[in-house]
Amino acid sequence: MSASPPTTAPPAKGAGGATGAPPTRTSRGAAKRRASALRGGERLAGYTFMAPWLIGTAVLTIGPMLWSLYLSFTDYHLIRGGDFVGLANYTAIFDDPMFARAVKVTLLYVVLAVPIKLVASLAVAMLLAQNRRGMGFYRAAFYMPSLIAMSVGIAIVWKALFSQNGPQDKFMSMFGWDGGGFIGNPSVSIVMLVLLSVWTFGAPMVIFLAGLMQVPQELYEAADVDGASKWEKFKNITIPMLSPVIFFNVLMETVHAFQLFGPAYIIGGDSGAPAWSTLFYTVRIYTLAFTDFRMGYASAWAWVLVLAVGIVTLIMFRAAGQLVYYAGEDNK
Amino acid sequence: MSIKLADGRVIPRRERTTSERVRSAVWHLSLLAVLAVVLYPAVWVIAASLKGTTDIITDTSLIPDPVTWDNFRSAFGGLTGIPLWRFFWNSTVIASLSVIGIVMSCSITAYALGRLEFPGRKAMFAVVISTLLLPGQVMLIPQYLIFSELNMVNTITPLVIGKFLALDAFFVFLYIQFLRGIPRELDQAAKIDGAGHFRIFFSIMLPLMRPAIVTSAIFTFIWSWNDFMGPLIYLHEIDKFPLPRLLQSYNNSEGISNYGGMMAMTLLSLVPVVLFFLVFQKFLIKGIATSGVKG
Repeated sequence: MSASPPTTAPPAKGAGGATGAPPTRTSRGAAKRRASALRGGERLAGYTFMAPWLIGTAVLTIGPMLWSLYLSFTDYHLIRGGDFVGLANYTAIFDDPMFARAVKVTLLYVVLAVPIKLVASLAVAMLLAQNRRGMGFYRAAFYMPSLIAMSVGIAIVWKALFSQNGPQDKFMSMFGWDGGGFIGNPSVSIVMLVLLSVWTFGAPMVIFLAGLMQVPQELYEAADVDGASKWEKFKNITIPMLSPVIFFNVLMETVHAFQLFGPAYIIGGDSGAPAWSTLFYTVRIYTLAFTDFRMGYASAWAWVLVLAVGIVTLIMFRAAGQLVYYAGEDNK
Repeated sequence: MSIKLADGRVIPRRERTTSERVRSAVWHLSLLAVLAVVLYPAVWVIAASLKGTTDIITDTSLIPDPVTWDNFRSAFGGLTGIPLWRFFWNSTVIASLSVIGIVMSCSITAYALGRLEFPGRKAMFAVVISTLLLPGQVMLIPQYLIFSELNMVNTITPLVIGKFLALDAFFVFLYIQFLRGIPRELDQAAKIDGAGHFRIFFSIMLPLMRPAIVTSAIFTFIWSWNDFMGPLIYLHEIDKFPLPRLLQSYNNSEGISNYGGMMAMTLLSLVPVVLFFLVFQKFLIKGIATSGVKG
């Protein structure tokens, strides 16, 4: 997956000549003028079409980013206002027990949810990637949860499923579990959210499936001739051919996992109940900014998140340079 | 079934061998096992909405007995005297405006970035891609301060304005990916015939982009239907609440005593998304596959 725009063809230089007039001196000059007018027109059209985005990006993206960077160096309070305090917020964050809690919960979630979800989605995608009857039905059915999982409605359902004496508690009690519903048990409550994330395995699965369909069958046939085992084919053909898609899924899922908010807020509330065990990083930012109105301090929290996600993304792109195989780019 | 050739000969269909049958059965059984786990929460909430409030948690059976419709009656009653349809209407307005905004703004942005040549294009494209990965939380506070300064808190403007300004990088990216598949000869031919860029966009590109537009429209509708953080920050008057905010308030107040009503309300809030999905699932899956893989 390359992130560069398509290489555009050079602007139609012959546009003036295309009218069919013989290239006399005057018409050649006219053609030149016409071509540059065209290019000017293209420029004008380009900026006109980009105008909403340019305004939006300036006013609602870049402006706010700079502003929040500034706010993070102040003790701005929505009602009381605030002053410049230098790095005080940033040093305060690292002494804040809530920060350690939020980081622990969020990292635990990322480290558990992303790999489990992706392994499950790849496994089911490989199972599905056969031209059998019913494939489209299964694909659609597995995809559906990803559309509703992050809604408030499903978070409420989840609370019920994992409540004391609820389905999960009753089911696990049959196997000797005595920890009650996950929702009241701080040592396992995060599992609820991990399972919610795993429930949405259908979204990366659809992407894996599309990638699997593009792997040339000849590769497997050649491996069969060489007597390769199933595992060898998986390791030496499927994984390398799929690596751009794997990279894309790992990247997107990780970046999103860091930002989980809605379900965590519905399930754990402002304090990440029980006992801060669902206190996600973004929940804490929300509470600091919109319940406590400590917007300067909350901005510093937000910037720490941006830096963390930025570093993780950078590491992933670095690793991808080594690990991701792009078919057809061997001679690069 | 057999295959009939043009000259009248008939090739009988090869009988499936026993091992093929077994393999197919194992395939279906393993997928049905996954399906059962995946669908369990959905089936559970349907059953829960038809049970009495006291039975919902403790009675784990998926078949409600006795069936009661009281939950739906109380769900339609809404919250604090405001009927449920009002919240559906609020959600529909926000989602529809979002769809209109995304389709209009992201399509022209993608056309400019994908097809036109102008100074700064590459840098703008890079910004679009990096906002795909940028945690939105970092802009939240200043955006709130801006909208608050403009007296737009408690209106839906903050929830939809970004959609009209092409700030949803995912859709810009999806459109650009789609545009790559449309042959350039089309625009060049139109250019030679003297069509300007606006003409080319509106009469050639836009109609050809229809599949991408449908995909983005469905996604936008569903995502904005589910959006919770935006309404949580900007909407504080109950008669303006979209469904997620209603459910959250209900969950914190009525829902504690009227568990059944809350389950019915939850189920009703999910119905439009599921219906949308069932009708348009082909577009959605194709869209997610192309935006993720190609390129």
